[in-house]
Amino acid sequence: MSVAILRQADYLIASIQSDLSDTEVIELRHELAELVGMHRARGIVIDVAALDVIDSFVARSLRSIVLTARLRGAETVIVGIQPDVAIAMVQFRLNLEPLRVALDLDAATTLLDQLTQGDQEDGE
Amino acid sequence: MNDGQPANPRGAEVRPEEEKMAPEADSQTAEREPDRSDDERPAERSDGDSSLLLELVSYLRECRTELREEWARRISQADLLQVMSEDEIFSEATEVYDNYMDALETGSIETLQKYARELSERIIPRGVETDEVLGIVLLLRDVLARSLFAKYQEDLEHLNRVLDAYEPAANRIAVTVGVSFVEERERVIQDQQESLRELSTPVLQLRDRLLILPIIGVLDPSRARQLTEQLLAAIRDNRATVVVIDITGVATIDRTVANHLVQTVEASRLMGARVILTGLSSEIAQTVVDLGVDLSMMRTVGDLQGGIEEAERLAGYSGAEAGDSDRDDDV
Repeated sequence: MSVAILRQADYLIASIQSDLSDTEVIELRHELAELVGMHRARGIVIDVAALDVIDSFVARSLRSIVLTARLRGAETVIVGIQPDVAIAMVQFRLNLEPLRVALDLDAATTLLDQLTQGDQEDGE
Repeated sequence: MNDGQPANPRGAEVRPEEEKMAPEADSQTAEREPDRSDDERPAERSDGDSSLLLELVSYLRECRTELREEWARRISQADLLQVMSEDEIFSEATEVYDNYMDALETGSIETLQKYARELSERIIPRGVETDEVLGIVLLLRDVLARSLFAKYQEDLEHLNRVLDAYEPAANRIAVTVGVSFVEERERVIQDQQESLRELSTPVLQLRDRLLILPIIGVLDPSRARQLTEQLLAAIRDNRATVVVIDITGVATIDRTVANHLVQTVEASRLMGARVILTGLSSEIAQTVVDLGVDLSMMRTVGDLQGGIEEAERLAGYSGAEAGDSDRDDDV
């Protein structure tokens, strides 16, 4: 599988190495859902820098990864969307509604820190 | 009463005849049995039939010992009732035999029914199956029929009349025993379901105003509804402010149940309690997302430990174990 999933403190970092087939995308989704529980991770960073294309299937899968992970108690941030990909996605109006995006890994972990802290505070 | 002609069910000359008879008798039963209710049977029986029945009952009583032994032997031969010892089988066989005779004689099945129910109560917990019970009753019927064949083989016409009297009564007894067994079994299943329902959804108080609701097993709509009611009652009774619902023990979930969970959370919120859902397995999480159930307003945490930490924080206990938060939120 061309996705490396690393663990850093409370977060999982999934780094996509090359274009993914649909099957691989589904596998990634299963694996992340499992690992979140196993490591009690509170956040996931998915690095999509290696993807030259994000089609509607990948976009929808990313969305369901985010929702699944949230049900398992982890927030997800996407990093590294290429400029071309970003333009294409906007033009094709791919809906990334619940997705949170960051510029790079640093920004992603900062964002996750905020999200998981906020999660604990917005109790009222 | 012939002078004590011994029962010889294995007599070679008897067999072919009996095999010819058997299907006939069965088809007879099939057409007669259904429209006959328990109470009208004895009245229906003609005088000739009942005198014949009395005759054969007293004959069968005479041969009680051999037939009973023969029956017990056939039972163990057929590998029925393997959970019971030889002695047990024999003593039960004796009782069944006597009850059987009474039922044949009087045409009243109430005693037999009662006995069959008691017997079922005793043997069901030991894992006796329906087919075994039916098997032994049919064996007894067979053993008795064979002894009748042996006795009346000289006089075919008389044999026919005896069988006419015997078969319906015997079939009726077999049906009675079978039905009693199945009824008893269903009663046991129903009892168990009831107790499962009561046991399966305890609402536990973890701390003051903090409840845990562990759910284990299959969540069906009726159980989900009952669970909501129990939870809401517990929230009111304990004046709870935070509830952790843990569904680690739930293997699958469907749209109805997922929606019901959402409603439970919503209702709890109206009662003034916040709900944390924990222990969604990865399968359930993916199913819920695929189903498109909106869980966005639900607070979900990966496992029960995390859920309790979060709940303690929400309820205003210092989350010491959490390590990452030492503040005391006001609730």
